[in-house]
Amino acid sequence: MAFWIASSPHNHVQNKTSALMRLVIYATIPGILTQWYFFGWGNIIHIIMAIATAFAAEFIVLSLRKKPIPLELFDGSAILTAVLLGVSLPALAPWWITIIGVSFAIVIVKQLYGGLGHNPFNPAMAAYVMLLISFPVQMTSWQPPSSLMSVNLDFINTLSVIFTDFTKEGYSVAQLRMHVDGVTMATPLDTVKTNITLGMTVTESLNNKIFDQGLGIGWLWINIAFLVGGLFLLFKKAIAYPTPLSFLATIFIFSFIAFLISPDTNPSTLFYWFSGATMLGAFFILTDPVTCATSIKGRIIYGCLAGVLVCVIRKFGGYPDGIAFAVLLCNMAAPLIDQYTRPRTYGH
Amino acid sequence: MESVIERIEQGKFWKFHGGIHPPQQKFLSTDKPIRQLPLPELLRIPVQQHIGEPGDILVTVGDKVLKGQALTVANHPMVVPVHAPTSGTITAIEASVIAHPSGLSELCIFLKPDGEEKWRDREICPDYQQLSKNDLIDKIAQAGISGMGGAGFPSHIKLNTAAQINYLIINAAECEPYITADDLLIREQCAAILDGIKILDNILAPAFILIGIEENKPEAIQALKNATKTIDKIKVCVLPVIYPTGGEKQLIQVLTGKEVPSGTLPSALGIVMHNIGTCFAIADAVINDIPLIKRVVTVTGKSVAKPQNVWALIGTPVEFLLQQCGCQQGNKKHIIMGGPMMGFSLPSFTVPVVKTTNCILAPDEAEIPDNDQEVECIRCGQCADVCPSQLLPQELQWSAKAHDHQALNDLNLFDCIECGACAYVCPSHIPLVHYYRVAKAEIRQQTLLDIKAEKAKQRFEARKIRLEREKLAREEKHRKAAEARKARMNSGTAEANNEKSAVAAALARVKAKKAQEKDTNNDVTASDTSVGSPQEIEKTDKKSQVAAAIARAKAKKLAAQTAPNTESNKSTQSSNVIAEAVNNADNSSKAAEGEITDSTSVINTNVIKDIEKPSELSKKDKIAVAIAKAKAKKRATEAKPLKNEPPEDLLSEKPSNDEPDSQIVTNSTNKTEQQVKEQALSPDDIKKAKIAAAIAKAKAKKRQTTESIINNEIPDDNEQRNESAEKEIQTATQGESLDKNARIAAAVAKAKAKKQQESKN
Repeated sequence: MAFWIASSPHNHVQNKTSALMRLVIYATIPGILTQWYFFGWGNIIHIIMAIATAFAAEFIVLSLRKKPIPLELFDGSAILTAVLLGVSLPALAPWWITIIGVSFAIVIVKQLYGGLGHNPFNPAMAAYVMLLISFPVQMTSWQPPSSLMSVNLDFINTLSVIFTDFTKEGYSVAQLRMHVDGVTMATPLDTVKTNITLGMTVTESLNNKIFDQGLGIGWLWINIAFLVGGLFLLFKKAIAYPTPLSFLATIFIFSFIAFLISPDTNPSTLFYWFSGATMLGAFFILTDPVTCATSIKGRIIYGCLAGVLVCVIRKFGGYPDGIAFAVLLCNMAAPLIDQYTRPRTYGH
Repeated sequence: MESVIERIEQGKFWKFHGGIHPPQQKFLSTDKPIRQLPLPELLRIPVQQHIGEPGDILVTVGDKVLKGQALTVANHPMVVPVHAPTSGTITAIEASVIAHPSGLSELCIFLKPDGEEKWRDREICPDYQQLSKNDLIDKIAQAGISGMGGAGFPSHIKLNTAAQINYLIINAAECEPYITADDLLIREQCAAILDGIKILDNILAPAFILIGIEENKPEAIQALKNATKTIDKIKVCVLPVIYPTGGEKQLIQVLTGKEVPSGTLPSALGIVMHNIGTCFAIADAVINDIPLIKRVVTVTGKSVAKPQNVWALIGTPVEFLLQQCGCQQGNKKHIIMGGPMMGFSLPSFTVPVVKTTNCILAPDEAEIPDNDQEVECIRCGQCADVCPSQLLPQELQWSAKAHDHQALNDLNLFDCIECGACAYVCPSHIPLVHYYRVAKAEIRQQTLLDIKAEKAKQRFEARKIRLEREKLAREEKHRKAAEARKARMNSGTAEANNEKSAVAAALARVKAKKAQEKDTNNDVTASDTSVGSPQEIEKTDKKSQVAAAIARAKAKKLAAQTAPNTESNKSTQSSNVIAEAVNNADNSSKAAEGEITDSTSVINTNVIKDIEKPSELSKKDKIAVAIAKAKAKKRATEAKPLKNEPPEDLLSEKPSNDEPDSQIVTNSTNKTEQQVKEQALSPDDIKKAKIAAAIAKAKAKKRQTTESIINNEIPDDNEQRNESAEKEIQTATQGESLDKNARIAAAVAKAKAKKQQESKN
């Protein structure tokens, strides 16, 4: 007869870290489906490759570190990192971009720092930034929305492009990126930014075919889909509300002030909110608890800082979207924010 | 204060930070009345069931005790006595596993009930208002009442406060899941509880009495409201259900909006809190003169067939309660004393119910699974969100794992009330509270060690200062003595002249030494004359002692050798043989010592006689001369070939006078040598002993010369030293287990001591 000895408390909520991770992965599904609808199979192929690579990389490192493999391999964190990176990559990026990116994220950014819970940087975003700086051509080869493509890309053709750089018919990625009028496409953010530097007003830029009523075709709906996924997570209390709230509010304030001052050189708030990776960043990247600030006050500051950085990079920086850079900079600031936002203990 | 009451009357309360909503599971046991149980076969009554000190035990094994009779008595304010829960016989007083998370054993009184339930004499008090405040507090203390909510703080200490009390808060929140003991008690004993509250009101005279109760106990709330309808002072505060409302600090915050400053007691805010169960016990104690011998215990959990509240006598084994309620658990026993949030799992069925036991929980495996596996913290911060003390549990956890005590203190670890809310919500299933408990224990331990180290340091410093002071005092004394001597020598009296001549002689000796160093030859006769010098005497003395020591050792060896020859069943006999041999050795050594003393006394008298003859020289001079001679002889024997230069005046002066001495000494040396031979010799041992003796001699000589130069005015010191040396020797010789070397060393030390004494004389 054995007595079971345990320390109090004896009862416990039944949710687990792995369940939390699974929930976040489910919440990305609407966004992924929208991406598929507007930009074809590319991202789904990348996501699948990323998950496979993540498992392999995690398995190798965990074996080397002599960690309990079944417990940590299936905690969902590696899959989540892979999904987030796969979602962020250009759909027609070559296959090795994913392999390198995910391996870097898992092995270096996550496991070398001590594994889940110990990484100071968001693995997906650190890998994204690494890829963007190392392989700028591949990482900016965004394709136009499927509706504007001159070549119809089916699943086999996409696979062929990703693995051989050419479709079965022999179109290169550069050719694919040209829409029906023979103009190379860029993302809405990139288009507006480039045009402003060329002396065109925002309104003029929005006449481009990739825009529909002042917002990028496809990008609007992708962002809305991620917003829906994020609201689901908030509803499920899987993520904390202060970070996305303060992040979006800060972007709103800054872009609105800029737009009021000079509407010709600054796009509208809605444009800021619904282009690029704003919603993905707000609900899926910034809310990563490991790299975020911990207290409510700290999270508000963290979100504000990220919002300011995104606006500054988009407006003044060299890159059209700045979510990844903003997130990394905030990750660095998180411990400091935690240090200065400690709550007052009862009775002190 | 008025605004607080206004708010309460409007049903508005403050909120504490965080809190959780674990499944309450109170329905299991709320629908049945409190059940009376038969007497168990054996009661184990822990001597200490409260925070503080254990009392002195009044009974002995075999005593017949009556129900309610005190088993211990208070010898200290922080002591509450324990009483016999029923009449019976004390069968044992010994350590037994008690109700504590550690599963440690502590002193318990084992009482075998006789089934008669015979009370001791009781004094029913019909009107407690006649009693003074002190009488009431005394009655409560004598009844052994300590807080029944969980901590077990002695109630009379809380009541004996000098502070002006604004609020007396009665804690009926009972926020832990499963527990319904207070709920049922209120329903069934509301009148008695009200009496208890009135007694507390009498003692503390608070401005208001607030009864805090969670809204999940509608029947109890109704009962309390009905009972207190007519009393304006008492407010029944119906609180929202959130764990841990029942925590003292949390309940104060909810009811009054005040925070108890860290490190102080609620009485600093003019607040005293008592558990509602304690109120019932106080009423019983004051009015009916019934000490705290039973309490309501919720026996619940899904492994229990008939979960119910029971009246359990203090000391009832948990096993008995579970049997009575029909507990069926599989092979894996998981019994929790207390609730699921703050209770502790029991290591044994024999653990007794104590004054703080409000619940026995026997869950089934689905209810409280035990497969929690801790994974890494992902800093989700949910723990910080639910912490009622507004701590940062995740950071505390990291610091606790890193044993960073400073960081833990900075994070206010000791403000943690161990409610378990953080660990309850943790998605990584980290046993946070457990880490904090370990860290707290470590810090307490470290603090104790620090205090000890600090004390040791102070002691060391004090000693250093004292030694320094004594040294200074000694130097001052020596300086004064030297001055006095100088003054005396310069005074011009005959005595002074004598002393002067002693100094002159010493100077001459130094000169002689120098001269000797120059010319290495010496007169043979002069060397012969120096046989009677103290060194020589000492030599013989030592030799005999060493011989005695050797003999003792030999005897012992012999005994040891004979021992194995004897049969094993005659071990006692062999040990007797050894003892005898040792005794013999001791006796013979004593005899040798006696002879030595005889011979040396003869020598001494002779030396003195001889030296006294030439009256122009003082005794001291003579001794000095003798020493010089001895030295000269030594050097002469060493220095070969001899030269024919004339010896120094002093050395050649009286060769004939010393001759008889030399004879006597030779005799005595012969004697001791004989003894040495008789008492079994091995040449090696003798050699060793001789070397040791020579070393000792050299040391003694050194000391002698230095001391004779300094002065002989510090006899106290030397005497003490001699005494202590002798003592050491005695103890050394007494220890029969000492080996040969030790014995030789002892002999050498003894010789040294003797030498020193002689040189003083």
